[in-house]
Amino acid sequence: MEGMSNIVKKVTQLISGLIFMYGLYIITHGHLTPGGGFAGGAIVAGAFILLILAFGSKALNLKKEENATSVTESSAILIVIILAAIGMAAGGAVFFNNYLPLGRVGELISAGVIPLYNIFIGMEVAAALLTIFLAFVIYKEEVLK
Amino acid sequence: MEQLIVLFVIIPLASAFLIPVVGKLVPYFQKVLTSMVLLALTILIFSYLFSGSEATLIYKVGGWEAVENIPIGIYLVLDGLSAILLLVINFIGLLAAFYAVGYMRRYTAENNFYTLLCLMIAGMNGVVLTGDLFNLYVFLEIAVIASYVLVAFGIEKNELEASFKYQVLGGMASLLILFGIGMIYWLTKTLNIADVAQLLKGNSNTSAVQFTQIVLIAGFGLKGAMIPFHAWLPDAHSSAPSPISAMLSGVLIKAIGIYAILRLFFNMFTISYELALIITVIGTLSMVIGVLLAIGQWDLKRLLAYHSISQMGYVVIGVGMGMMILTKGGEKGVAALAIAGGLFHLMNHAVFKGLLFLNAGAIEYLLGTRNLKKMGGLGKNTPITSASSFSASMAISGIPPFNGFFSKLLIIIAAVKGHFYLLALLAVFVSIITLGSFLKFQRYAFFNKTKFEGRLLAQKIPFTMTFSMVVMAVLCLVMSLMIFPGAREVFLTPAVDVLVNATNYSTTIIGF
Amino acid sequence: MIVFIMCFILFLVGLYGVLTRRNLIKIVIGLTVMEFSVFLFLVLIGYIAHGEAPIIVPGMKEPVFVDPLPQAMVLTAIVIGLATTAMLLSIAIRIYKKYGTWDIREIKNLRG
Repeated sequence: MEGMSNIVKKVTQLISGLIFMYGLYIITHGHLTPGGGFAGGAIVAGAFILLILAFGSKALNLKKEENATSVTESSAILIVIILAAIGMAAGGAVFFNNYLPLGRVGELISAGVIPLYNIFIGMEVAAALLTIFLAFVIYKEEVLK
Repeated sequence: MEQLIVLFVIIPLASAFLIPVVGKLVPYFQKVLTSMVLLALTILIFSYLFSGSEATLIYKVGGWEAVENIPIGIYLVLDGLSAILLLVINFIGLLAAFYAVGYMRRYTAENNFYTLLCLMIAGMNGVVLTGDLFNLYVFLEIAVIASYVLVAFGIEKNELEASFKYQVLGGMASLLILFGIGMIYWLTKTLNIADVAQLLKGNSNTSAVQFTQIVLIAGFGLKGAMIPFHAWLPDAHSSAPSPISAMLSGVLIKAIGIYAILRLFFNMFTISYELALIITVIGTLSMVIGVLLAIGQWDLKRLLAYHSISQMGYVVIGVGMGMMILTKGGEKGVAALAIAGGLFHLMNHAVFKGLLFLNAGAIEYLLGTRNLKKMGGLGKNTPITSASSFSASMAISGIPPFNGFFSKLLIIIAAVKGHFYLLALLAVFVSIITLGSFLKFQRYAFFNKTKFEGRLLAQKIPFTMTFSMVVMAVLCLVMSLMIFPGAREVFLTPAVDVLVNATNYSTTIIGF
Repeated sequence: MIVFIMCFILFLVGLYGVLTRRNLIKIVIGLTVMEFSVFLFLVLIGYIAHGEAPIIVPGMKEPVFVDPLPQAMVLTAIVIGLATTAMLLSIAIRIYKKYGTWDIREIKNLRG
C-alpha cells in the first residue's frame, strides 16, 4: 500500500514518539491512575500503526516484522505466567500472590508485583494488535495480488 | 494437594504459548509437547480419582481469604462433577492430539494447530474448575474462540462459511450469557457461585430471577446445541478437520453447554418445577428432532453431527427427569438413577462419538470423499477402521454389551420408575431409528461392493491414527463395567451426589 | 430506569443490523453494536447516586465511590470483544476472496 503525502510523513515522524511515551506513561502508572496494561498497550500499538500507515508498507519487510511481533507476544505471556507461578514457590504457595514488598499508597514503586504485570501485559497487547494489523496488510499485499 | 488444581489451567496455557516461540527452532517440538502435557494431565486426574478422597478441593486464587464468611476472591473448586468432566476432556484430548499427529500432515501451518488445541483444552479445564461466574465467562470465551479458528482450519469454501455462521451465532449466545451474569450481579452484588446460591435461597419465584434463568438457558443452550439453537452444529462439525470434530462434538458441547447448565441450575439457583419442565421438554425435542433430521443425510460427518444433537437430548432428559422428581418430592433414589444415567451417557457419548468422527477422518484420509453413496467395500482394506467403526455403531445404537446399552437402560428404567412413560417410549423409539441410521452407515461404507472411482490417496492409515481408534474401541467395551459397584463408587457416585444433594456445594464452600 | 431502556434499544438496533443486512461487514458491525449495549448495561449496574470515580487521590476525605467491579468486568469483556471481532473480520476477508462477493445470499454452499 502506498504511503501518504509529505506533510503526513513529517508530522508522523514528530508525533509518533510522543504517542509512544504517552502509552508508556499509562502502562507504568496503572496502579495509580486509570488505564493499566490493556489501554496503554493499545496506545503503544497505535503509535506503530500510525508509522506504518504514513510511510506505506513498502518501507519495511513485513514478514520479518510479523515474526518479531509474534514471538514478542508469546514470550510476554510466558513471562506473565512465570511471574505468577513464582508466587506459588516464594511465599504462601498460592497463584498470583503479591510477593514483592508493598510500599505506601500513592507511590510509583509500590503495590508489589502489579506494575510488573502491567508492563508485560502492555507489551503483549501492543504486540498482539500489531500482529493482527500486519497479518491484514500482508494478506492484502501478497495474497490478493 | 490443592495446589494441583491450578496446574490444570496453567500447564496447557503455558505450553500453548511456548509452542510458537520454540517450535520454529526445534522440529517435532509441538507434537511431543502437546502429547506430553495431555498425558501428564490425564495421569493427574486419574490419580485424584483413584486416591479416593471424597472432600471437595477448594483453591483461592491469590490467597484472598474470606472476610467474615463472604468470599472475596476467585475460587477454583474440584468436586465429583468436575472430576469426571476433567477426565473426559483430558483423555479424549490426548487421543485426539495423538490422532492429529498422523492426520494433520495434509494441512499447512501445523504449528498453529497444536497451539490452538492446547488453548482450547486450557479454556475447557478452566470452565469446569471455576467457582466464579465471570471467570466462567472468560474461560468459555477462550475455549470458544480457539474452536472458531479450528473449525476454519483448512481454508476451503465450506469451512469458512461454516466458521462464519458458527461465530455469529456463538457471539450472540456469549452476549446473552454476559447479560445473564450482569443480571445476577445486579440482584446479588456478588459473583461467587456459592455466595449467590446462599443469597438466592428460596427467592427463585421473583420475575427477575426467572427472566435471568431463561436468558441463561438460551445462552448455554446454544453452546450445547440443543433444539431450537442447533443451527450451527451440522455445518461446523462437518467442516472441521476430524480430530477437531471429535473434540467439538465429544467434549466442547458438553463442557461448556451441559456442564454449565448443571452447575448453575442445580447448585446455584434453587431448582423449581417450571425450570425442570422446560429443560426436559428441550431435551425431548432435541432427542426426537435430531434423529429425524439425520435420516436423510448422505454426507457422513453431517449424519454424525445430527446424531450428536439427539444423544445430547438423552443426557438432558436424564438430568431433567432427575430435577423434576426432586422438585415434586419424589424418591431420591429414582432421581439419582436418572441423573446417573444422564452423566454416564455423557461419558459414553464422548468415547463413541469421538471414535466415529475419527473413523470418518480415516475414511476421508484414504478416499478423499465423505459422500456415503460413493464409498463401499472398505471392510477388506482397512480392518482396524471397520472393526472399531462397527463397535462404535453398536455402542451408539444401544446394543449390549457395549457401553451405550447400559447408559440408555439406566435412563429408560428411571423414566419408567418415575412414571414418565412417554419419555421411555420415545427413548426406545429414537434408539431404534439410530440403529437403522448406523446400519446404513456400515452397509454403505464397509460392506458393499465398492462404488469408488478414483485413486486412493494413501496406501495405509498411519500408526498414530489406528492407535487412537483402537484405544477408543477398547474403551467402548471397558466402560460398560462402570455399572458394577466397584467402579461406580470411583466415578459416578460422587458426581451424582453433587447434583442430588444440591445445596451441599454452597455450604461446603461458605462454611455454614 | 430510562437508561436501561436506552441500552435495550441499542441492543435492538444491533440485532436489526445482524438480521436484515446483506453485507458481511455490516453483520459484523451489528454484532459489535450489540456487544456495546451489553457493556453499557454492565457499567450502569454499578452506579451509586452522587458517587465519585473509584481512584484514591492522596489527601482526600472519604467519598462515596461507584462500584468498581463492573468496570473491571467491562474492561475484560472489551478485550474479548476485540478478539472476536478480529476473528470475524479475518474470516470475512477470506470469504470474499473465495466466493468473490460480500453478499450473504450468495454464500450458501452448505445446505441440508
